[in-house]
Amino acid sequence: MKTIVFAEHLNGKFTKSSLEAVSYASAWSVAAGGTCIAITYGSIDASVLGTAGANEVWKMDALSAADGEQITKLMLAAQKESGATAIVLSQDLIGKSVAPRLSVRLNAGLVSGASFLPTGNIVKKNVFSGKAIAHVTVNSEISIVTVLPNSYGVNASGAACPVNAFNAEIGTARVRVKEVRVEESESIPLPEADKVVSAGRGMKGPENWGMIEELAKELGAATACSRPVSDIGWRPHHEHVGQTGIAIRPNLYIAVGISGAIQHLAGVNGSKVIVVINKDPEAPFFKAADYGIIGDAFEVVPQLIAAAKAFNATK
Amino acid sequence: MKILVCVSKAPDTTSKIAFTNNNSSFDEAGVNFIVNPYDEWYALVRALELKEAQGGNVTVLSVGGVDYEQIIRKALAIGADDAVRIDAPESDALSVSTHIANYAKDKGFDLILCGKETINYNGSVVPGMVAELLDMPLVALAAKLDVANGVATCEREVTGGMEVLEVNLPAVISAAKGMAEQRIPNMRGIMAARTKTLEVVSVENATATTSVNNYELPPAKSACKYVDPANAAELITLLHQEAKVI
Repeated sequence: MKTIVFAEHLNGKFTKSSLEAVSYASAWSVAAGGTCIAITYGSIDASVLGTAGANEVWKMDALSAADGEQITKLMLAAQKESGATAIVLSQDLIGKSVAPRLSVRLNAGLVSGASFLPTGNIVKKNVFSGKAIAHVTVNSEISIVTVLPNSYGVNASGAACPVNAFNAEIGTARVRVKEVRVEESESIPLPEADKVVSAGRGMKGPENWGMIEELAKELGAATACSRPVSDIGWRPHHEHVGQTGIAIRPNLYIAVGISGAIQHLAGVNGSKVIVVINKDPEAPFFKAADYGIIGDAFEVVPQLIAAAKAFNATK
Repeated sequence: MKILVCVSKAPDTTSKIAFTNNNSSFDEAGVNFIVNPYDEWYALVRALELKEAQGGNVTVLSVGGVDYEQIIRKALAIGADDAVRIDAPESDALSVSTHIANYAKDKGFDLILCGKETINYNGSVVPGMVAELLDMPLVALAAKLDVANGVATCEREVTGGMEVLEVNLPAVISAAKGMAEQRIPNMRGIMAARTKTLEVVSVENATATTSVNNYELPPAKSACKYVDPANAAELITLLHQEAKVI
């Protein structure tokens, strides 16, 4: 069985979620006794995709940006050329634009946001915002899976692989990019962060966020917030995690002064380790926590900053 | 401007998630269904704002059975002009998208708006499938939308910032947080919704390429381990030595 996987890059580096998709595709093809071809574009050293598990890379040099319709045509051409019966993408912006189109064009069953490898033609995926797992059967010759970011680790045990030029008739992009505004280039993008420090109304006001940022910095974490905090403008909307904000799955999620309403939990319950700091022992968040500290954030967080500094000094 | 807003129903966020028939179907007993928040708060409300500013018509469309009545009336109460229910099972994303596209293809919609995903299936698939079936461009996860002279301008969050995109109409756009603010229907809206047109369309079943066999609940969390607030530094040690996450 041949597997093709799309790999997206940004600022000269493959995105973490793309590397996860490549490792997923590689493990899938190995389990089925086949090979894994990574598809990408532009001027980037793509041989590194071999380290994440690709056996070879097909790259369209002439394309410089990932448009949903153009990448769809590139993937269709690659599928035709390779005869692949398994197609993998990340469940990121480009994956959400491309995978549904491929599914229609190839009449291929699509399982979106999978976090586990397929068993035969059954793919497991999280549903009900992480509160259940569905076992989905793909009833078609070709299967398409998009991989939920931060749910399948990158296996970087491979070696650099050959990169072959690949060209396809991809038409023109109908969606025009007018402007890209880069914000807070120093901070870690929330969806890619493997550690997150998040805070809520318990912080009493935006002027108190310094200690949250400092703790995040010491831990190498991104910062996030609850919905009320972004709604009243204490923090930017892109930091809002939860049901209607963004869903994240870091290895470590530290929630400070967040009660843990079910809507908030829906966005963070995929986190591997959850730490809750709240002065209310009845805060529902403690039920979902691995570690808890019942105490005042203004007393607890400075202690954590000092301890994290001391810990970093020993590394 | 003619706008189609696709709305799905979803269990209220506080619903108990349980399954019946050997875990093969969602247990709807006692569950309160709502309009999927991304469809309602962002897609529908922005459609109404555009109509109020520029004139036109907003149609809401659902694919599903008679149990959709309450969901559709809610969308009408918020302000949609009319509604369509495609009377077919929601077998999978492809079958739902096929029904939407078959209905929309000769109606001359300028804009097809959907929420970015449903909160029960978390797929983010239908908008892209509808776009492909109708040969339209797609802007996925737009957090802002404006329309002028047949061109939609969208903003969306990308890694490390925002991007501004333009696309000629007709187009499919999926809505993320930021596109609009939730509207609570008023009494006049609720009364008016009772008499607005709800067209029920009978169709042949559409092909599905996936099916859900069964569901499982995630393993239960072990109990929370408490750290003394007077010795909070202990947490850093536990995260390093026990949880191994730092």
